Amino acid sequence: MLIRQKSEIPSSEITPKREYMNRRAFMAAAGAGVAAVAGGRALRGLAKAAPVDAAEQLATVKSPLSTQGLALTPLYDITHYNNFYEFGVNKDDPAKHAGSLRTRPWSIKVEGMVSKKKTFDIDDLLKLRPIEERVYRFRCVEAWSMVIPWAGYSLSEFIKQCDPLPSAKYIEFTSLDDPKQEPLPWDAGIQWPYTEGLRMDEAMHPLTLLTFGMYGEVLPNQDGAPVRVVVPWKYGFKSAKSIVKVKFVKDQPLTTWNLMAPNEYGFYSNVNPNHDHPRWSQKRERVIGAPIWKQLQPTLMFNGYADQVASLYQGMNLDKNY
Amino acid sequence: MKQRWIVALKVVAHAACLGPVAWLLWHLYLSATSDPAALGPDPTHTVTFFTGRGTLRLLVVTLAITPIRRLIPKLSWLIRFRRMLGLYAFFYACLHLMTYVWLYAGFSWAAMVDDISQRRFITAGLAAWLLLLPLALTSTTWSIRKLGGKNWNRLHWLTYAAAITGVIHYWWGVKSGVKTPTTITVVLAILLLARPVLARRSAARKAGVARIPVG
Repeated sequence: MLIRQKSEIPSSEITPKREYMNRRAFMAAAGAGVAAVAGGRALRGLAKAAPVDAAEQLATVKSPLSTQGLALTPLYDITHYNNFYEFGVNKDDPAKHAGSLRTRPWSIKVEGMVSKKKTFDIDDLLKLRPIEERVYRFRCVEAWSMVIPWAGYSLSEFIKQCDPLPSAKYIEFTSLDDPKQEPLPWDAGIQWPYTEGLRMDEAMHPLTLLTFGMYGEVLPNQDGAPVRVVVPWKYGFKSAKSIVKVKFVKDQPLTTWNLMAPNEYGFYSNVNPNHDHPRWSQKRERVIGAPIWKQLQPTLMFNGYADQVASLYQGMNLDKNY
Repeated sequence: MKQRWIVALKVVAHAACLGPVAWLLWHLYLSATSDPAALGPDPTHTVTFFTGRGTLRLLVVTLAITPIRRLIPKLSWLIRFRRMLGLYAFFYACLHLMTYVWLYAGFSWAAMVDDISQRRFITAGLAAWLLLLPLALTSTTWSIRKLGGKNWNRLHWLTYAAAITGVIHYWWGVKSGVKTPTTITVVLAILLLARPVLARRSAARKAGVARIPVG
């Protein structure tokens, strides 16, 4: 046992197969002189990224659901300012420690109120629909914000494949909980595994994104690789990372932060400048990556997506259902 | 301790207290000129925690001087550093307050009144600063003489209140479940509990000395 452990190559030194194949594809394409066919953008990305971190490229198509006219947050900031408590509570901890997360093999188990239990392999999920680039605002409950070019497709496309029963009213996401891959720090104060949930109509909304990448590359580990959800009109913690299980249920699921402090983090947690967190204001936010004297900006209702999503909450008291 | 050494150590202490501020100003300058990322992805947060933690750490160092002197009488000369360290704690607290007024409230009275009335962590922070204010104002030798040693000492018990309020402000400011203020809380608790314990010990010693001849 000991000998075998010793002879094992650290996972950090193994080049993922996909990455390796990608590099070969690039070399072959370049050698054959068909580089132009591969598309200027993907190639530029490959040539730039390969020698540094060899991040895996994702071919994306444009989407009308992408938010226009916003300056993107630099990739460095999106990958070095993270809340991913499985890897530590400080913002720079996930970038330091998430290297131990293994994203292959990976699958999502589908359980609960479905006509048949299923398991989806990550590589099949990547092929299910064309991957779209969706630029979204991202607003954390801690009053900071980013603008991120995610890559993925509407979660509804995946839900259709899951074939949930009509009586399913909510969807519950479970994130990876593996002490061998994650340090699970003592001072995080939350329960593992991390769970989140959405009402079915929220989950089926076209803006809700099943996300595999950002900036045209696969998700970096610290941003929830290999697959997460992104719900752009809700506070960031609603967008569960590194998902291993999806469950369709009848009753509102128990979710991690809501369990931790129900008076501070509601089940809905829609971005709402008119409902302050009990301890700090949600009227303003700090733009990540902006110069210090320009960081402060007003927060928008539903994070600027009111036109698309306000109808989901018609007649609801959003001050009570925060 | 020779005067020469005290002077040298004071120079070191000034450098240790001002060095971080110089670092902060230098990075502010860098972020305004050549390197926008000099203060990290969230510069407001960086400056807030830098000045806030600096205040609490200096307060704790100030409060450590008396127990250390009680435990190790040879280090009694440390008292000559207490006022200076306390004033630096107040200096950091002022920087911290300015960070809030500028970067969070955007110099808006309305935003500040709203925050103070509704958000207990901001109220606690302001209270801690207000508790330090009279201490800073009465730090001159003239005020010690004017107040008289006893009154001055009594007034400066406010340091305990300020430190406790500051730590509460820290706990209320972080997200529920986050336990990063644990270390500073434990250190402060030890320093505060050490006082009655050490006082009783020295009282017992005196009593013991008095009893010995009887035995």
